Amino acid sequence: MEFSFTDEQLMIRDTAQSFLSEVSTSSAIRNTMGTEHGFDDNVWQRLCTQMGWQATHIPEEYGGFGLGYVELVIMLEQMGQHLFCSPFFATVCLGANALLVAGTEAQKQHYLPQICNGSLTATLAYTGSSGKWDAHSVDAVVLAKDNEYVLNGVYRYVPDGHTTDVLIVAARNSDTSGQSGISLFVTDANAKGVTREYLPTMDQTKKQAHIVFDNVVVNEHALMGEYANAWPLLDKILNLATIATAAEQVGGSQQVLNMSVAYTKERVQFGRAIAGFQAVKHQAADMMLRTEVGRSAVYYAACVAQEFFDGGSLARELGEAASVAKSYCSDGYFKNAGDAIQLHGGVGFTWEYDVHLYFKRAKSSEMFLGNGAYHRERVAKMLLD
Amino acid sequence: MKLSFSKADEKFREEVAQWLNDNLVEEFAQLKFRGGPGDEHMFPDERKKWEAKLAEGGWIGIAWPKEYGGRGCSIEQQVIFNEEYARAGAPGRVGHIGEGLTGPTLIAFGSEAQKQRYLPGILSGNDLWCQGYSEPGAGSDLSNVRTKAVFDEAIGKWLITGQKVWTSLAHESDYIFVIARTESGTKGHKGLGFFLLNMDQPGIEVRGIKQLTGTSEFNEVFFDNAECDAQDIVGKPGEGWAVAMGLLGFERGVSTLGQQMQFQNELDEVIVAAKNNGTHKDPMIRQRIADAHIGLKIMRYNSLRMLSGNGDDGSLQKEALIYKLFWATWHRDLGELAMDVLGPEAEILSAAPYELSRMQALYLFVRSDTIYGGTNEIQRNIIAERGLGMPKDIRPTL
Ligand SMILES: Cc1cc2nc3c(=O)[nH]c(=O)nc-3n(C[C@H](O)[C@H](O)[C@H](O)COP(=O)(O)OP(=O)(O)OC[C@H]3O[C@@H](n4cnc5c(N)ncnc54)[C@H](O)[C@@H]3O)c2cc1C
Ligand SMILES: Cc1cc2nc3c(=O)[nH]c(=O)nc-3n(C[C@H](O)[C@H](O)[C@H](O)COP(=O)(O)OP(=O)(O)OC[C@H]3O[C@@H](n4cnc5c(N)ncnc54)[C@H](O)[C@@H]3O)c2cc1C
Repeated sequence: MEFSFTDEQLMIRDTAQSFLSEVSTSSAIRNTMGTEHGFDDNVWQRLCTQMGWQATHIPEEYGGFGLGYVELVIMLEQMGQHLFCSPFFATVCLGANALLVAGTEAQKQHYLPQICNGSLTATLAYTGSSGKWDAHSVDAVVLAKDNEYVLNGVYRYVPDGHTTDVLIVAARNSDTSGQSGISLFVTDANAKGVTREYLPTMDQTKKQAHIVFDNVVVNEHALMGEYANAWPLLDKILNLATIATAAEQVGGSQQVLNMSVAYTKERVQFGRAIAGFQAVKHQAADMMLRTEVGRSAVYYAACVAQEFFDGGSLARELGEAASVAKSYCSDGYFKNAGDAIQLHGGVGFTWEYDVHLYFKRAKSSEMFLGNGAYHRERVAKMLLD
Repeated sequence: MKLSFSKADEKFREEVAQWLNDNLVEEFAQLKFRGGPGDEHMFPDERKKWEAKLAEGGWIGIAWPKEYGGRGCSIEQQVIFNEEYARAGAPGRVGHIGEGLTGPTLIAFGSEAQKQRYLPGILSGNDLWCQGYSEPGAGSDLSNVRTKAVFDEAIGKWLITGQKVWTSLAHESDYIFVIARTESGTKGHKGLGFFLLNMDQPGIEVRGIKQLTGTSEFNEVFFDNAECDAQDIVGKPGEGWAVAMGLLGFERGVSTLGQQMQFQNELDEVIVAAKNNGTHKDPMIRQRIADAHIGLKIMRYNSLRMLSGNGDDGSLQKEALIYKLFWATWHRDLGELAMDVLGPEAEILSAAPYELSRMQALYLFVRSDTIYGGTNEIQRNIIAERGLGMPKDIRPTL
């Protein structure tokens, strides 16, 4: 048992930190967040070709580095901390994970090397308009017809769905509900019958799309996993993505704490730095507690995710570890970000200071893949039903 | 970063579980799940015998180095022992202050003579210790102690005079360690000494204090020229503060993992109660039970992180005591949840005049968790000052 980073992992963290502090400055964030595209193509290409981050946990046989989920989480934490605008999450934590978990060998060999060389982005679309995140949220419909599948429906809140090259979508047989009858497909995002629309969002640093499938026809090679029985796989994919989101949240929690401590040490009122007032210190202490506790949950979940890929015994804890991390980090990040505005006083209420960017990200990430209450209810089901 | 234990460690786990299974029987069977917080006054004699049994198995001082009679266990093994101990429902340790605080302090700061004299009695489970820190005028502000220590050249002994308060288990203890002022006229951290005293002497009087639970686990301890041998001051006169603080550092060790398994037992009891009375269907209660479960899970990850590294490597910074603040607050919330699950039945006592059920005792006792060992407010100060480098509170100059 070793619950701290190896030297190699520390190096990854430090590299991520220095790269992101160069490319994801406040002005860079503000330049990209205002665009519909949502990220800087040059930076994304540098990330993919020079750093190779998107290939971190993809096995070497598909052109990746074959590192673990812990390494991935280390990077995600830094991306959250630097509010990095990119299709990384969509491509790696949704797209690549979906391919790794549910893809056929042929699909993996086709798509993963393209992700690894930076020529392809991907995302996952599964939620309809219900506002839910579990199996019930899948309301697009699939009709099987002579080795082909016809897909119809609406997907909402799809991360980067308006820009990615590939869509992985969930759809269900028309007479099913809940966890039954769900299938997964991978398709070109520009396939005939697909309409993708950018959804402007309050948190401008994460882009979302509204996607309509109108009689989209895909062939049998597009099917991922077992037909009409893909929920168990989708569930795993979502758990992995949930852990990734929690990692970004911990980075954000840390950043708003850093900003608040730095600001209150500088700001003088009543003849002393306001960081010296106990009411301020105690809020900061609680922020540190929430950050560190969230971090413990995320690192543990990362180890569990790693065991999931390695077939270790902790793999069975995947769902629980994801919910533990996401519920704690969602609430913790939001509270921290709110407190950060408070500790900044009037300037925290301005567009100019970055605090509001984190405050907005905290809320969007809290909502995404289920908020604290949603994940607590998942845990409650495990314990009580 | 990896979570699995080695094969050798898993074997050690089996060994511990087996030993507990074989020994927590007969006269000791009644001690299962007893003697925890809120229940510390129960079965004192049987629990002392249990200490001797543990000693026989070599399970006291497992963290101590071998040269001092310990087992020299790795962190992993200590984690495992504590987890298995609590999983088996083995009783709350009456010897924990000696084993967890006195021993490590003597090993770190004590003279050879002190180690020879006191460590064997702790390891055998025979000598029980209590902690004489707090005084009426020195709670959070521990450095404000007034108890005096004067060296009497004629008899070659230190004479201690003053009062300690809230001293847990003083009435069961053989020895007490005391911080007292060796230099009159000094204030604050300076001029203190750290003394080891035998409780069985005319100069010491113990008076129980009745707690809000109606039971009595802590005491007032009065010293009237109580004697302490010249060799029984730890460190030099005037330098007791460093020893006293060193000791507090040991409070945050692996034993917290054992404590968590006990928390798990308590939470399990709450869950059973909820299932029995149907409150497990109430959405609010479901959220709170899940939240408690989540908090307890993370508490374990916190300790694993805290034990694993140096704070700069993804592990948990030891000096920023988020650990204590987190568990104390978590435990307090669990007590409240227990009552809300029970509903109106929560009010009904097991028996007159004031016999509390385990969940009632839990609910009341947890109010002390956020006070002893550094209150939540003091923890927040420490986190802000040491963890975040924020300015110290202004205090009147000494
Ligand atoms: C939307 C908006 C509209 C406003 N309109 C007006 C207006 O029309 N006219 C006008 O004159 N002003 C206006 N203000 C200014 C407002 O009154 C100040 O923002 C407020 O008094 C706080 O001062 P500050 O922003 O300098 O924060 P600071 O005083 O620097 O406070 C920063 C943080 O430190 C804390 N803090 C400060 N001192 C202490 C202490 N002694 N103990 C504990 N904590 C402390 C604060 O609570 C806060 O959390 C407006 C502000 C806002 C946000
Ligand atoms: C069950 C129990 C067992 C105990 N066992 C022992 C024992 O075995 N040995 C021993 O020596 N002691 C023991 N104690 C004593 C314990 O360590 C003290 O109670 C604790 O340190 C708090 O001191 P106090 O009670 O004097 O409260 P005070 O220090 O008077 O505190 C009162 C309130 O003021 C707050 N406060 C104080 N200073 C500050 C500050 N600077 N900033 C903000 N808020 C502040 C506190 O947080 C608290 O809320 C025990 C206590 C309990 C409840």
